[in-house]
Amino acid sequence: MSTRTRQKTLEREPWTGPTRRYDILKEGAIATLVVMLLTVVLAAAFSSPDDPALTLQGWAKNSPDNLYNTTVSELAGTSESATYGPPYNNGGDGQALGPVMLQKWVGVHVPVDPANDFVIKPLGTQEQPFAVAAAMREWKAADATQQAKWATDYDTAINDPKGANGDASKVPDGDYGPVPRLAKGLVAMATSGALDGVLPAPGHFYSTDNTKQILFLGDGSYLDDAGTRNHLQGNLWGMMNETGNFPGQQWLAPFSFWYQLPVFNSEEETGVAATLTSNGDIYIMAIISVLVLIVLLLPFIPGLRSIPNVIPIHKLVWRDYYKKSKAP
Amino acid sequence: MNAETAGSHETAPATTWIGRTREYLERKLPYEKLLPETQPSYVASWIYVFGVLTLGALAMIVLSGALLSLKGPAWYHVSSTGLFANSLHYWSVQLFFMFMVIHMAGKFWMAAWRGKRAKTWITGVVAFVVSIGAGLTGYVLQTNFDSQWIAFEAKDGLNASGIGAWFNVANVGQDMLIHVFLLPAVIAVIVAIHVLLVRVHGVVPPIDAAKIAEVPILQQTPQAEEAR
Amino acid sequence: MIDFALRVPAEVATYFTWGWVSVSVPNLIVIVTMIALFVLALLLPFPRDRHDSRNDS
Repeated sequence: MSTRTRQKTLEREPWTGPTRRYDILKEGAIATLVVMLLTVVLAAAFSSPDDPALTLQGWAKNSPDNLYNTTVSELAGTSESATYGPPYNNGGDGQALGPVMLQKWVGVHVPVDPANDFVIKPLGTQEQPFAVAAAMREWKAADATQQAKWATDYDTAINDPKGANGDASKVPDGDYGPVPRLAKGLVAMATSGALDGVLPAPGHFYSTDNTKQILFLGDGSYLDDAGTRNHLQGNLWGMMNETGNFPGQQWLAPFSFWYQLPVFNSEEETGVAATLTSNGDIYIMAIISVLVLIVLLLPFIPGLRSIPNVIPIHKLVWRDYYKKSKAP
Repeated sequence: MNAETAGSHETAPATTWIGRTREYLERKLPYEKLLPETQPSYVASWIYVFGVLTLGALAMIVLSGALLSLKGPAWYHVSSTGLFANSLHYWSVQLFFMFMVIHMAGKFWMAAWRGKRAKTWITGVVAFVVSIGAGLTGYVLQTNFDSQWIAFEAKDGLNASGIGAWFNVANVGQDMLIHVFLLPAVIAVIVAIHVLLVRVHGVVPPIDAAKIAEVPILQQTPQAEEAR
Repeated sequence: MIDFALRVPAEVATYFTWGWVSVSVPNLIVIVTMIALFVLALLLPFPRDRHDSRNDS
């Protein structure tokens, strides 16, 4: 029998060679006890991170102008949520991997209509001040085209780099309908704290779904700035990081790595880099899927599965056995 | 009992589901294999303890998670006992992934998939990937700033691949049920299969086992022993 | 009891940055510990077994 055949047979057959005593239940009990003790010690010594959740009230108090501008963009349909696409709405197509558009094909399953869900419905749940109530009546009386025109004109005017450039107080006069008063009303509602309770499910008693709040919060700079402050941005290895002075998710390093590459962080407007950047998530998901498949099917991949033979770290693992089993 | 069955060791193969299952288990995993008192002599390195350490960490995750589930996801924001329970859960997760990665690394350098053990390797990788999913649902369940951020960021990758239509990381109710019930159940099944596969196939022999012994180990006859 | 309203955000961790690589100190400690444990597991001697069947020759 060749060594190779003998080796293969050894690996497949039940071991009939030398044995040693081994109480795996005892080892398991000791290991569990050790881990329990270690966990208790670490928990007692270091505690765990718990940065308080941001609120819409906090947003209104810290960055009222940003909340105001974001509200206008929701009504105008230009916000990130409004143009996100599936699974929330059809405001965009979402990301594509070449011709494969999984996001679009799957369709809308978590319907979110930012203008109504973030602004109009919440405002409608409360007795509003006279000006806001009148604005609501004016908005509802208008048709969709008129609503879109008011909101878009105002949104464009606020964001005009040669004009107001983000400062709503510098917007020139124009026909913006009730939009400015609606936005002001929503900021006031958020400042009072009422919006936090109402936004998830206006008019309902129970709510266990925070989608609308997360999306609305993310449309502005308040959440994003907090992310930057805590070193959590994706292109700064944020996926691996944790708030406070605590270890994060080091096991996500191979995933986080791809978000660091310049080709996924390009400022280009056209070309390959631009496509990769605007569709970064699906490209990186595809890369990670391939890597996971490779690791999963490693036993069947020639070359890769022979690495342990070429770099014989196993000689350390089994050095006692190799030494003892050599014939005298 | 009749004369045919009394004291007879030759019974017809079982035809019932339960009988066939019993025969399969008796063949594949008799008690001696499931709960052996010995291991091959080559199972003698500290690298071998990281599998069972990972299991111990998993047990601690479940225990601390059970503690947290008694009082709900917002408890630890307002109670120092709750915060301690959360800390137990948080650190056991850190240990779990640390031990699992070391275990995986060890198994890789030992090429532990040899000898028809590919399924053991595969179930291990699947356990790792599902654990990451369980971790994600846990992270978005924290009801604090970190969970807001992670939900906001993670939604993009999930939505881009279409998964987000069914797994909404901003839906705390869904996340909670998946994290507390669904994924632990899935992990328990995968880990059980993984561990049982190790028992069925035994610990993989050394890469150079056939090379180093002068006498083939397969020959364990008394004559061969004397010849050495 | 910790008052919900009194919780304050924790201090952000210190980060080591080399070019485009950026690691927090806590993460670095965990990663280094992982590597150290792996190396130690390979190098540290494992207790010999009094009941090793090869001792019976």
